[in-house]
Amino acid sequence: MDKPVIYSNDLTKNFGSFCAVNKICFEIKKGEIFGFLGANGAGKTTGIKMLTGLLTPSSGEARVAGFDVFTESEKIKKNIGYMSQKFSLYNDLTVNENIRFYAGVYGLSKKEIKIKKKELIAKLGLEDVQDTLAKELPLGWKQKLAFSIAIIHQPKVVFLDEPTGGVDPITRRQFWEMIFDASAAGITVLVTTHYMDEAEYCDRISIMVDGKIVALGTPKELKNQYNEEDMNSIFVKLARG
Amino acid sequence: MRKVFGAFVVKEIKHILRDVQTLIILIGMPIVLVILFGFAVKNEVNDAKIAIIDMAKDDLSLELTHQLSASNYFILSELPGSTNQIENIFRKGDAKMAIVFEPDFANKFYKDKKASMQLIADASDPNTANILLNYAQAIIRNFQNEKNKNAHVPYLINMETKMLYNPTLKSVVYFVPGIMTIILMLISAMMTSITIAKEKEKGTMEILLASPLNPSLIVIGKVAPYIILALFNAATIIALGIWIFDMPLVGSFGLLTGEILLFILASLSLGVFISTISQTQQVAMMISLMGLLLPSILLSGFIFPLESMPKVLQAIANIIPAKWFIQILRGIMVKGVGIDFLWKQTIVLAGMTLFFIAVSIKKFKIRLE
Repeated sequence: MDKPVIYSNDLTKNFGSFCAVNKICFEIKKGEIFGFLGANGAGKTTGIKMLTGLLTPSSGEARVAGFDVFTESEKIKKNIGYMSQKFSLYNDLTVNENIRFYAGVYGLSKKEIKIKKKELIAKLGLEDVQDTLAKELPLGWKQKLAFSIAIIHQPKVVFLDEPTGGVDPITRRQFWEMIFDASAAGITVLVTTHYMDEAEYCDRISIMVDGKIVALGTPKELKNQYNEEDMNSIFVKLARG
Repeated sequence: MRKVFGAFVVKEIKHILRDVQTLIILIGMPIVLVILFGFAVKNEVNDAKIAIIDMAKDDLSLELTHQLSASNYFILSELPGSTNQIENIFRKGDAKMAIVFEPDFANKFYKDKKASMQLIADASDPNTANILLNYAQAIIRNFQNEKNKNAHVPYLINMETKMLYNPTLKSVVYFVPGIMTIILMLISAMMTSITIAKEKEKGTMEILLASPLNPSLIVIGKVAPYIILALFNAATIIALGIWIFDMPLVGSFGLLTGEILLFILASLSLGVFISTISQTQQVAMMISLMGLLLPSILLSGFIFPLESMPKVLQAIANIIPAKWFIQILRGIMVKGVGIDFLWKQTIVLAGMTLFFIAVSIKKFKIRLE
């Protein structure tokens, strides 16, 4: 069997006496879509930040794309894409300039950037607005563009931190189509959300409460385990304790 | 990596150029300030009204009165008899200063070698009062020295050093270094702290930090364009000062450029430091304005002379980079001194730069923890 792309064992983060993430354990396979569910403040974002090398964990162990989060965060950064809950494009740069800049940051050559940019714009249907400032695009377009940019360097893993906040259901559905495509192309996806309908799209999900993973499995497994019709009821049951 | 750095700088320049309003302010402000200070805000005084109360009326007091009136600084008016009218004329605004000769002035001067006179200034406008006193004292000392020379008594040299280097008391000497300091600080410290805080606020900093870019490269890439902008402004201010207001540039141009670069670096490191302790643009701006610009204006010797401040404030002024830089600028431009006289100030500025870079790196790391 393949080695897991993301491996976490007892990963913990303390801020002073507050334990934001408490001994989380999981393994994620190549191309899997893994959902991090939890209420606000449950520790999802802290978990992602540790795995992306933005935060050093307090204890435990974790490997991303085969590299250790404690000692090899530089190598991890070359192999991941990241989209945060805040909108991550530059408002005062055009669509083209945003693509070029981020592609450059990830070390793509001029030629690659040109090809990728063309591909991306055609795929998203942005031909008419490619020289428009990003701030003038509707939110849904911006988020699709931000996601495409996050995987422009074909990373092994992409981390999405509440990528669909504030977006209408149709755009959300389209956004998830893009996630499925990425997963089919072999990119491992770790996504946090608090939309329970999105949880159903994930291959496996983990539900976090107060920094701990209290449930982990496929949506079907969890529904059987907790004897509930939908994810929402499971979530409310767990989060209420 | 160099290519990535280039792309980064290009992006930063686009940010600056597309914010047209800010750009106009940044380029226009130094010009407006220099012209405003040059034409409107004057520290020099011409034709100030002075009251003379001569209780001696002898040759010597008349001679001195003539010298005072010949100076062009004062318009004298004779006030009869006593000193108790002085307050009255001050209140009416008929005079800014009164000069009183004691009775028997000449006799006391020649025989006792000790005559006294009183200079009373209207200090409700302390700046003007100070300047008038300085002018009058200088003239009187000159007069006294001349008399001493005739009498073969050793010279009494006790001149204000400021007068020595700025004999015509031109205010351009004061405001050009001051404006330069404030503008460089504004651009290098405030603008960079805001632009870095903006990336944090908008969430793009997180993306950059999660990318393979080295954090120090991110910071250097962000501040680099501001060095060019700051240098451009420094050149504008010097050019305006020299060509329009006859500002002297006695010292070495190379040294001047070097010191300006050093101060820009010091300000940049301060700006980066401020950005590490502020999460939003607004916070960065408030800290820059209140914590940096205000003390730089008040405690640098730009407008208010440090010498006349309480010892506590004088001590605080020592930690303000602007104070040292203004000394350097005045030294090079007006006095024409070289590094052998300015090494202390230069070392202080360099030390501050290194300190803030070190603290910023440490803060940056802690934040990432």
